[in-house]
Amino acid sequence: MTAPIPVTLTVNGTRRTAMVEPRTTLLDLLRDHLALTGTHAGCEHGICGACSVLLEGEPVRSCCLFAPQAEGMSVTTVEGLAPARGELSALQDAFLECHALQCGYCTPGMLVACTDLLARIPRPTEAQVREAIGGNICRCTGYQQIVDAVMLASGQKAAAHG
Amino acid sequence: MAEFRFIGRHRRAVEHRRFVRGQGRYAADIVPAGLLHVAIVASPHPHARIVSVDASAALALPGVQAVVTGEEMNPALEPMLPGVDAPAVMRFPLAQGVVRYAGEWVAAVVAETRALAEDAAELVQVEYEALPFVVDPGEALREGAPLVHPAHGSNVIWHRRFDWGPVEADFAAAAHRLSCRVQWARSSTVPIETFVATAQWSDATGLLDVWASIQMPKFPDQLARALRLPGNAVRVHYDVDVGGSYGVKRGLKHSVLVGWLARHLHRPVRFLEDRLENMRGGDMQGPDRVFDVELAFEADGLVRAMRMKAVDDVGAYAGRSPLQLGKPVGAIVGPYTINAVTYDAWSVMTNKTPQEAVRGFGQAPTNYAIETAMDRVARFLGMDPVALRRRNLIAADAFPYLIPSGTSYDSGDYAAVLDKALAAAGQDALLAERDRLRAQGLLAGIGVSTCLEPSGGNSSFEPLFNPKNTTTTWMDSCLVRVDLNGAVTAVMGTTSSGQAHETLVSTVVGEVLQREPDSIRVIHADSLNALPSNSPVGSRMAIMLGGAAAGAAKRIRAKLLAIAAHQLQAPPDAPRWEDGDAVLGEARIPWARLVEIAHREFHNLPDGMEPGLQEKFVWEVPTGGMIPTEDGRVQMYPCHSFESHVVLASLDPETGKPEIHRYVVGHDCGVMISPDVVHGMTYGGVAHGLGAALMERFAYSDDGQLMAGSFMDYLLPSAQEVPSVAIVDHCTPSPLTEFGQKGSGEAGYLGGPAAIASAINDALAPLGAEINALPMTPAAIWRAIEEGRNR
Repeated sequence: MTAPIPVTLTVNGTRRTAMVEPRTTLLDLLRDHLALTGTHAGCEHGICGACSVLLEGEPVRSCCLFAPQAEGMSVTTVEGLAPARGELSALQDAFLECHALQCGYCTPGMLVACTDLLARIPRPTEAQVREAIGGNICRCTGYQQIVDAVMLASGQKAAAHG
Repeated sequence: MAEFRFIGRHRRAVEHRRFVRGQGRYAADIVPAGLLHVAIVASPHPHARIVSVDASAALALPGVQAVVTGEEMNPALEPMLPGVDAPAVMRFPLAQGVVRYAGEWVAAVVAETRALAEDAAELVQVEYEALPFVVDPGEALREGAPLVHPAHGSNVIWHRRFDWGPVEADFAAAAHRLSCRVQWARSSTVPIETFVATAQWSDATGLLDVWASIQMPKFPDQLARALRLPGNAVRVHYDVDVGGSYGVKRGLKHSVLVGWLARHLHRPVRFLEDRLENMRGGDMQGPDRVFDVELAFEADGLVRAMRMKAVDDVGAYAGRSPLQLGKPVGAIVGPYTINAVTYDAWSVMTNKTPQEAVRGFGQAPTNYAIETAMDRVARFLGMDPVALRRRNLIAADAFPYLIPSGTSYDSGDYAAVLDKALAAAGQDALLAERDRLRAQGLLAGIGVSTCLEPSGGNSSFEPLFNPKNTTTTWMDSCLVRVDLNGAVTAVMGTTSSGQAHETLVSTVVGEVLQREPDSIRVIHADSLNALPSNSPVGSRMAIMLGGAAAGAAKRIRAKLLAIAAHQLQAPPDAPRWEDGDAVLGEARIPWARLVEIAHREFHNLPDGMEPGLQEKFVWEVPTGGMIPTEDGRVQMYPCHSFESHVVLASLDPETGKPEIHRYVVGHDCGVMISPDVVHGMTYGGVAHGLGAALMERFAYSDDGQLMAGSFMDYLLPSAQEVPSVAIVDHCTPSPLTEFGQKGSGEAGYLGGPAAIASAINDALAPLGAEINALPMTPAAIWRAIEEGRNR
């Protein structure tokens, strides 16, 4: 154990500082120090993607980064995806509409991966969606309705799934 | 079929509103003030005597509160019981004296942070004396094999041979017989959330509060019993969101451990598994079976009788795992008219991580074995596998249909579902596509399966496998309450792990009361104010919780109609229910007025009616209540969903890599209350089945070490392995349930592995090769191709 050091980040648009041991992961900083529990631990070795967040706009595994590595950077978590309180992003809304989740545990990471995809490719093909979420494991959905949701959010599919 | 207003319609799941915002409340998100954290010291040996434990260096670290061993803790506990009559197979959270598998918990280190607890765990010195061990179930059955539990006297924790019907006569009379051995590998559901348990004890109240990511029948009772506490001293909070389970989240030992620690230390204590702890010492691996199947059949393909021997490796300890050989008794002939069956079931212990309940409770491996044998018969006779199945499927007009093992199938139209799936797949186009792939130099094949999903989870396998257990009810319950302002709240008594029960209950209550489902709140009670529930296992909640919610809502409706009749001075059954109001002729008493009378106007209530507005309903499993016959016949589950999978797969002849080109599931689970939920579970079940068929295996080395303790070596299907899947619905309502619904929580998984394996073996058939063990990894496929080529 080493002495805590300050780490300052811009999280979901707000500047936040926490005192953490240098070995603290970005994931643990978000969950344990900033009470942003939407980001989840799944495997803690970089395979499952449940801990995904956007760091400077790029998707990263927050379980595989030390918090001090993100010093001064901007982080977007699932709690920061909606444009405003009481609203949802088009992607979050499409996840609801298409039943793109069940237990919800992988969902924050999925939303982060798909948000990044749509920022890069506004109208992705199904193969591009599957590639984009290829590093996010979901044990509930079999991915089909997630693909459907991205297609809906990108205006390539009609609503009213069922 | 009845017309429904809300049932069967597209509806956004209630739970998902919080999940897409990152506002789920999972067990790891609950942090009582002063929380302490646990790290585990685990055995590196598959079997060893614990000579000594030296925790002095760990205890010297500032912030370490305790290092606890089985020697210290276990005398204060009752052992956790196996599901069968084997009292010498004792199980405690921490090993005492002996470890029986690599990964077994030896000591628990408790510290102010998890990181500190892990630091300290590394400083605990344990001296072991290695003992002989056994990891192969076949070896474990041999005379003189090392005994996992010497006090039990054998490595067989349970065995029984059942004979149902004239097996010998049918075999003697049949034109042909054929046998095969197939192997279902040890895999599991491996939820992305690991198991988490947090406990907090108060000396002042004498109450243990527990927040755990649990999915387990009778969990609070077993926890209290193990801790030697009265049941009303344990309060399990069911309002935690569980991050997936599909059967396995039975962390009783985790919860006993933190419960005891919280009381011992008088601080809240949490154990949150890391991924290795989950996969190795979490005791949540799945069935691990070798089947020998023999079929007696005629030249036209009619299968008359079956002998099945199943040897299941449950690992070093057992909870309910041996019972996973029991549920398949209720669908032992699959969807076929097989007349007589011998079922010889063996549950064997080895020095491996214990087995836990996995989606389907043993039915998916059994279905895989039956279907593989059916494919063998088709190949033997030179018959189309689809035609063979059509020859043997139970006819739509034969229901209710009694199978040899004593279960009556409620309803179905299996041939229609198979036909629909084949039509959706385009049978001719599928054959053309297979031939096109073959022309490209690939090996390509088509697989078909027709499988049952027993649903409405009952516990009939408990008395079947343990005559001392006389459980014949597995009820579930719901309470519906209408407040003074007319808002409806429903209370359920268990956790949910992704099954959208809040959506289910609010849809059903909305349907009965004709109130908008989105206006109905559904809450999860804690175990001290919950009505009885047996948890969401065995594809039971649409039937059992849905039925209980409907029952409670109907009582509310009946009470309001009685109030209306009294107001209108009409006979009690005169008013009818319409759009949430009571109506009689031109008169309409609106919902709000009826609610007001119930809550405020005793003078307007019929004589003898209780004021207020809440009703409960406790529902027994339909067809439940039966003790098995002496020859082991019993009604297992009440309802029987059906699925038919059609798969086109190809294999790369150079690498063995499989690829799925077309995947169609025909599915009949009766009336779908929430089609989005049913489809989601079916898609997910297919993916899970694909993992079991092609990728997932808890491999062990010969020296008893788990070789797959991370996601680097236990491979889970991603969106790039799981193909696009087409689901074709069919609806044969169940006559046994409120709305005609059946269960669907295991859909996809129960027929998927069989169909995928069938497709791969069809692809290998031109080489004269086949694979009879899962998972069919690229390496296994490559070896089969090479063997075929060299033959």
